[in-house]
Amino acid sequence: MQATHRLDAVFAALADPTRRAIIARLATGQASVMELAEPFAMSQPAISKHLKVLERAGLISRGREAQRRPRRLEAKRLEEADQWLERYRKLWEANYQRLDTLLEQLKTQEKERKSR
Amino acid sequence: MKRALTITKSGDRDLVMTREFDAPRKLVYDAHTKPDLVRRWLLGPPGWTMPVCDMDVRVGGTYRWVWRKETDGSEMGMGGVYREVKAPERLVTTERFDEAWYPGESLNTLVLIEQGGRTTLTQTMRYESPAAREAVIKSGMEKGVEASYDRLADVLAASAATQR
Repeated sequence: MQATHRLDAVFAALADPTRRAIIARLATGQASVMELAEPFAMSQPAISKHLKVLERAGLISRGREAQRRPRRLEAKRLEEADQWLERYRKLWEANYQRLDTLLEQLKTQEKERKSR
Repeated sequence: MKRALTITKSGDRDLVMTREFDAPRKLVYDAHTKPDLVRRWLLGPPGWTMPVCDMDVRVGGTYRWVWRKETDGSEMGMGGVYREVKAPERLVTTERFDEAWYPGESLNTLVLIEQGGRTTLTQTMRYESPAAREAVIKSGMEKGVEASYDRLADVLAASAATQR
């Protein structure tokens, strides 16, 4: 898959709260479909559907154990998707921290004007 | 205090930023609409200045911003038109870079909501198409090398400066 399409698939996969919860669960270690279904009021087929979306996006993979076929997180893919937004966020955060400082100055100025 | 900036994808062509500020929204709005204030914070990475900051803040008015990297003199410019101006709560602008690396322009909507003397800022960037948004994101995704990181930082600096 091309990088942009892959990124699309990743973001689409992460747009759903159940799938984000599954990711969060798998971040603590691999788990079988049944274990993953437990905390949700959802049937196993419904969970399997979510797992398929995550798998297609490359966010999770299946283990080899024939019976359990535990799912595990592919952390690298998640990081990739995160990287760009994180850099963009840092840049804006720098701007907004300057804005914080400016707003403090403006507030002080207003107070001084009022007390005069 | 919830200060952290969040940026998320929304729908198929929006990026949404939210951030809280410890100030009434009138001041936040001023900081986005008065050139002498804008220049004091909308600068991007260290080493960049904002030599041009022309803003005619009224519906149909235009704005023009240029940033310069003082170490090598390289410049990045962008501008657009004010579509909606509703002090102190809403600004809608178009945005186009001189050397656009994504197709078309984006439509940026700034919304300020005040509660208890604090202001929540939401900035939505709507790109022309899902492909355009991907191009914006891809510009940061596919170049892993250090040099293009710098360039991306430059581009984003300008982009940062842009968003109001």
